[in-house]
Amino acid sequence: MVPPPRTPPLFLRRSSYRQRRRRDAARLLPVVGLFLVLMPVLWGPQDALRRDTAPDGIYLFVVWAVLIAIAVLISRGLNTADEGDDPEATSDPGSGR
Amino acid sequence: MPFNILVLSCLAYVIFLFGVAWAAERRADRGRLGWLQSPLIYTLSLSIYCTAWTFYGAVGYAARSGLEFLTIYLGPTIVFIGWWWVLRKLVRIGRQQRVTSIADLISSRFGKSNLLGVIVTVIAVVAATPYIALQLQSVTLSFSVFASPTDDGFAPPGTEATAVWVACGLALFTILFGTRNLDAKEQHHGIVTAIAVEAVVKLIALIAVGMFVVWGMADGPADMIARISASDVADWKLQPGRWAGLLFAAGAAVICLPRMFQVMVVENADERHLATASWAFPLYLFAMSLFIVPIAVMGLERLPATANPDMFVLTLPLAEGQGALAMLAFLGGFSSATSMVIVESIALATMVSNHIVMPVWLRLRPAKAVSGDVRRLVLLSRRISIGVVLGFGYAYYRMSGGSTALAAIGLIAFVGVAQFLPAMIFGIFWRGATRIGAALGMTVGFVVWAYTLFLPSFGPDAVIPAMVFIEGPFGIEWLRPRALFGVATMDPLLHALFWSMVLNTAAFLTGSLFTFPGPVERMQGAAFVRVFDTTSGSPRGWERGLADPEDLLVMSQRIMGDDDALMFFEAEAKGQGKAGYLPDPTPDFMARLERRLAGSVGAATAHAMMSQLAGRATVTVEDLMAVASESAQIMEYSARLESQQEEVTRTARALREANEKLMQLSIQKDAFLSQISHELRTPMTSIRAFSEILTEGDLPPEMVANYGRIIHDEAKRLTRLLDDLLDLSVLENGTVQLNLGLANLSPMIDRALASASHTKPERSFVIHRDLPMENIFIRTDADRLVQVFINLISNARKYCDATAPELRISVRQRGGRVTVDFADNGSGIPKASQALIFEKFARLTDQTRAGGAGLGLAICREVMANLGGTITYLPGQGGAAFRVAVPLRLERKAD
Repeated sequence: MVPPPRTPPLFLRRSSYRQRRRRDAARLLPVVGLFLVLMPVLWGPQDALRRDTAPDGIYLFVVWAVLIAIAVLISRGLNTADEGDDPEATSDPGSGR
Repeated sequence: MPFNILVLSCLAYVIFLFGVAWAAERRADRGRLGWLQSPLIYTLSLSIYCTAWTFYGAVGYAARSGLEFLTIYLGPTIVFIGWWWVLRKLVRIGRQQRVTSIADLISSRFGKSNLLGVIVTVIAVVAATPYIALQLQSVTLSFSVFASPTDDGFAPPGTEATAVWVACGLALFTILFGTRNLDAKEQHHGIVTAIAVEAVVKLIALIAVGMFVVWGMADGPADMIARISASDVADWKLQPGRWAGLLFAAGAAVICLPRMFQVMVVENADERHLATASWAFPLYLFAMSLFIVPIAVMGLERLPATANPDMFVLTLPLAEGQGALAMLAFLGGFSSATSMVIVESIALATMVSNHIVMPVWLRLRPAKAVSGDVRRLVLLSRRISIGVVLGFGYAYYRMSGGSTALAAIGLIAFVGVAQFLPAMIFGIFWRGATRIGAALGMTVGFVVWAYTLFLPSFGPDAVIPAMVFIEGPFGIEWLRPRALFGVATMDPLLHALFWSMVLNTAAFLTGSLFTFPGPVERMQGAAFVRVFDTTSGSPRGWERGLADPEDLLVMSQRIMGDDDALMFFEAEAKGQGKAGYLPDPTPDFMARLERRLAGSVGAATAHAMMSQLAGRATVTVEDLMAVASESAQIMEYSARLESQQEEVTRTARALREANEKLMQLSIQKDAFLSQISHELRTPMTSIRAFSEILTEGDLPPEMVANYGRIIHDEAKRLTRLLDDLLDLSVLENGTVQLNLGLANLSPMIDRALASASHTKPERSFVIHRDLPMENIFIRTDADRLVQVFINLISNARKYCDATAPELRISVRQRGGRVTVDFADNGSGIPKASQALIFEKFARLTDQTRAGGAGLGLAICREVMANLGGTITYLPGQGGAAFRVAVPLRLERKAD
């Protein structure tokens, strides 16, 4: 979900640009998480035939672990960014902080 | 295990926690916060989300409803990994506005409205009662399961008695823990640390039981999965509505629960900790949830069908004979319950005291509230509130019968606190949200929640008659509590959640769209919504000079404590560059003080108290007076500057005059030298010349006589000159001998006139005198004074150039001084020379020299100085005029 750095930094320094995409990722993560967590709903739970709880459980725990791992990666970078300039990721450079 | 040993171990554990809290508090007091403020402690303190509900109830939940229990932990996970959206903003706002509770946050956002504070507090207290009942129920259950009844005559009390004891013990514990002192910023390092320890205990306990189940009882994970698939738990069908609804409710609750808000926002020491918690807290939840299903499955498999699934965590190790593990599990459950109760009741007590007790007190006794000892009142009200909150919890436990599944009780509370969500989220993201809207929304949501979920939870006929459930109130069918507006197919919990949130949000939006926010509200709204835009987003509004700093100090001392208040005021005063303890009440200072006070008593109360002293709102007379006095001060200051500048100018002028005089004197000195040599040489030349002629002899006798007379005259002139010089030097050195005595001024002037008449006797002067005035006896050296008079009169005779010369002598007595003026009707002395006439050899024109050596006035000046008087030139008298001033009584100078 992190776009590769294909665009050259036209108006921003490369690090600032990365920071902003990182923030975008931080905003996106809960949406992705919610989608993945709601996935079991789409698996036709109302089916009459007996289904197993275990696979669902394993799926949810795996999703959970992956979300935590990504959150670690994102928050590390954001954490240091908080001390740097312009923590507010808007396209308007004047509105930072 | 014997009941008394169980109680003892609980007490020992509590004392241990006390020790931890005490040590942490001491560390914090010494300022060595260090790891007390680490992200680890922050994350662990957040884990009070996992209460006895998680520890005991989750297993029961899993046993009853399969994986649905996961929603309670997945919801918060999504909220936390999405911290950049909401939590970051909440924490920033909380820190910037010094928010003390969720009620304070909402009240503060909507113009420091006390009404909203009260609404939030009431909802929070009511919603917390089932939750606290849940803790009481779980501890009571664990006691009854764990304590063996057959022992040496010390039978465990009944469950009801246990519940009472647990409630009282927890209340006491919380009061001792949480209300020992009134913190300036509602941060409790001791409690947070103790909670972090409890978080570790409960995590270890649950994981230990889980590992025992998976690897001790089952044959590893693979076997466990097989057992799960074989068990009844696998019969569970995911209900999409409940799945989504519970995710939402849990996500909302993790933000809105008073205790979560307390640890997440109020106790937050560093915003960056949130970044760590964003993954570490989900990780904690993950670890807590991992073994829930295995324990549930194993419990269902091994334990009799009558066993309460909520107690599997405890009963499973017990049934397997693992006493130590069971003890650990018991302490884990005890930890979960106590930590929740402590923080929840502290958070609620803070809200009650800040938003209900203090405002009422302020309303009833406005004067007392500002000057009285508020700290004691606040502490007392918090202690009582803690007792009341636990009392409510106990009452709910008794009324609900103590038999309901733990998770079902907890969910009631979740839906209750979710009513804050619209006001909070819209409040921090939408500037258009208004106070009325928030009040409407929360009230509607609360009523719907109470009607559809809370009150029915006591059972039919307990509060709401059974008939109402079937037919609706007054026979209105679409108002049935479980089927509002005819929606009968929904699960009751989901039904309540759905309708309360929908109506709450609708009322909130409608109210906001149709009302107009007040000025404070709009400022606060802007400050909240744009918290990241400005460095100091706090709205100010305190006018300068409105409050007396001393009054403010007195009030602050009552709230913050003497030392803290004095320190704060001193620092503020120093910041303004003032010494002492009383800073000027500038808007900045007032805003900071208000926020500081808000840390102790809440935003609305602090604002109200400040208003008592500062009387804000419109421009008042005092306002104008303040402005006026300020400008008066500025004017005074500039006047002072002006006078200073004048003084400088005067000094400069004096210096310039002195300088001019010095230069003149230097010229005079040169002139004096050439003058004196000239003065001495002229007679000497005559004497030498005539004496040379005489020595040649052979002259007619009349010529000899003539020459001899010339020589004699010249010698006399020389002598007179030398006498004058001698006299002057004596006078100047101050070594003159004065013959002091009483003398009448009139005869002295007579003598002077008589003596002076020898000078230019050919000129006849008209003398004007005022004889009656002259009749004054003065004590002075009469001869010397007469000498001065003679000199002045002679000068007049010599230099007055009028054709009909007149001399006016006027005498006047002023105080202890007598002045004698000598004024002629000549052309006077040109201004340029006035400063010089008293100098030696100062003669105005060489052609008018009449035998004087130019020492007369210089001698006069020295004489007068010796007589303690002055002689000055009087300008503007129509001629040359001199004023002689002498003291009436001259005392002999002390030698």
